[in-house]
Amino acid sequence: MVVTAGLVLLIFPLADGTWSKPVHGFSSQVIQQGATGDDVIELQARLQYLGFYNGDIDGVFGWGTYWALRNFQYEFGLDIDGLAGQEVKNKLVKASNYDEGYVKKQIQEGKDFTHYGGVPKSQQTKQPSGQSSNQPQGQGGSEGGGQPDEPTAVNVPSGYSQNDIQLMANAVYGEARGEPYVGQVAVAAVILNRVQSASFPNTASGVIFEPRAFTAVADGQIWLEPNDQAKEAVMDAINGWDPSGQALYYFNPNTATSDWIWTRPQIKQIGKHIFCK
Amino acid sequence: MIRWSLVVVLSIAVVGLGVWGYQENQDKNAVLIQAENSYQRAFHDLTYNIDLLHDKIGSSLAMNSKQSLSPQLADIWKISSEANTDVGQLPLTLLPFNKTEEFLYDIGDFAYRTAVRDLEKKPLSDEEIKLLEELHAKSGEIEEELRKVQNEVLSDNLRWMDVELALATNDEVGDNTIVNGFKTVEKSMDSFESSVTEVGFGSSGPEKDFRDLQGENLTKAEARKQASKWLEKVDTEKLTLTKSGKGADVPTYTASFQEGDKNGYIDLTEKGGHPLTIMISREVNDPQISLYEASEKAKEYVGGLDIDNLELVESNQYDKMGVFRFLYTKNDVRFFPDTVVVKVALDNGEILGLSARDYYDYHIDQDLNEPEISLEEARSKVNPNVDIQEHHLSVIENDLKEQVLCYEFLTTMESTTYRIFINASTGEEEKVETLKKAEMKFNQEI
Repeated sequence: MVVTAGLVLLIFPLADGTWSKPVHGFSSQVIQQGATGDDVIELQARLQYLGFYNGDIDGVFGWGTYWALRNFQYEFGLDIDGLAGQEVKNKLVKASNYDEGYVKKQIQEGKDFTHYGGVPKSQQTKQPSGQSSNQPQGQGGSEGGGQPDEPTAVNVPSGYSQNDIQLMANAVYGEARGEPYVGQVAVAAVILNRVQSASFPNTASGVIFEPRAFTAVADGQIWLEPNDQAKEAVMDAINGWDPSGQALYYFNPNTATSDWIWTRPQIKQIGKHIFCK
Repeated sequence: MIRWSLVVVLSIAVVGLGVWGYQENQDKNAVLIQAENSYQRAFHDLTYNIDLLHDKIGSSLAMNSKQSLSPQLADIWKISSEANTDVGQLPLTLLPFNKTEEFLYDIGDFAYRTAVRDLEKKPLSDEEIKLLEELHAKSGEIEEELRKVQNEVLSDNLRWMDVELALATNDEVGDNTIVNGFKTVEKSMDSFESSVTEVGFGSSGPEKDFRDLQGENLTKAEARKQASKWLEKVDTEKLTLTKSGKGADVPTYTASFQEGDKNGYIDLTEKGGHPLTIMISREVNDPQISLYEASEKAKEYVGGLDIDNLELVESNQYDKMGVFRFLYTKNDVRFFPDTVVVKVALDNGEILGLSARDYYDYHIDQDLNEPEISLEEARSKVNPNVDIQEHHLSVIENDLKEQVLCYEFLTTMESTTYRIFINASTGEEEKVETLKKAEMKFNQEI
């Protein structure tokens, strides 16, 4: 931590007069692929300043950032491991300028911008196209520092968008909001198992909206606003958790009207739901 | 006077109510007709597509030239997929109709595999032709039965809304013509399943279910002890223990506990007591530790499993959680199907979940063949427009659900990263994946 504080002193605005804000360094964490947050924004901005990174400065350490970092490590004679540890951060801070105020302002205003070294700021900002759909949440971090800014992008599991997750969270919340958390994950897993199965539609929306498949869809409860727990349950299911044991059906034994559903081989009961093949 | 004005006001109210009621009724009917029409559309589409399917399979049997057979099979694939979509739009979920759906899927699967194959080099085998004949006969039966139902629907003005009602109330299901027709179709599928498995293909794929589980069967007391070991040493008295039913792929014990706001859950295999799923649910506060620290915790945690050589291949931060994906490796070969996933809370580094189901499901201790082609040869098979950044030897499951040894290349083109698998014995390009990028946030909070 002392090292980081010392670093701040090392850097003063260099000859390039357009960089107005003084810089302060990374936090002490080792940044690795998949991370999100303030440090990633700084990492991307610094790599872009040096010309290694050409993607969006969005605060999510994805593959683009990973290769950029490795190239940087290669060029600067460091171990090529794709991890931003202390040595890497020191070298980065030494070699580049980071105008935090500028970057944060652009992110907050939802602008399309870059952070290349030696290019005047006026050429690095584009006005947002159309309605600014990616307005950042909250008003945190107005003067660079203070509250951490939100990244402008999020990690999503491969093959799913935020909207898919939202739709599934709606279904899970409508179907199982009174159930224990594991029961909600299991319901989400059943939806995914059906997508995989030969005898059901091949998309999450197809499975959810299949007529008579889910009571919450039939009676409109699917359109209730889901809570964070339902979303987390969906994320867990997508990431591979399946407490249902590969079930394709579930039913509430107290309210089930179909005799046929009782003939399915049962796997287990979680909360009020019996899960079956 | 007062009485007269009262009469006038009341009559206006009655007439108004009548008009309003009439309009409401009209609206309701309009919605019902709309719903009925979309069911009708799906149903008539379905019968049409089955018709077409039967014809196309028939003509593919008569075809001799490979140039016309491949497109024909591709066509069959497309039509069977459309027929499946139609089925998905009908209110049949509570009706046993899955064999027919699987049949449609099987047709599609078979047609796809043969359509993409080079039929010049590898023409249809006798068994495949026999299967095609069987598919032709079966689709003919379905066609006939559905045509019958369709005829009755049209001549008697049968409504799908009634089917829905009949299924919902579970009342006199036996008397509904449409339901009966679909049941007959489903019954005719019974004889089909066996002939599919003979040819060695089908929606189920080759057996993979937990072939290689080690260990002795656990008693209930042992299961409790084992569960407590994984669930933070929680008192065995506090655990609720149940055994899986007969539908489970592999017999398991399930243990769970509830302690204030915190609850835990674990699935253990009965044989050997291996943990398949562990979940701990609690309120998670704002992140305090880095993803890297969390990954170290996850590594330490999987060290406690009875699985050697797990390699961390993917880490992701989702809001307040870190999710880490590990692959089983043996002699530096990465086994993509054998995955273990660990979830870590970023507020204090506690492990909140483990999913080793895929690992135990797919894993078999097998001796691998040495790659038959060299790395350089494999490299030359990769698209020259991409830059190769990293390479590994890996085992993946291909389209045919076989495990194959491949050279894995991580490559970039423009700003996108691709994972390319080249078969290490044939040099074929088995799979190319686009690795995901972060998604822009929209206004909503996720």
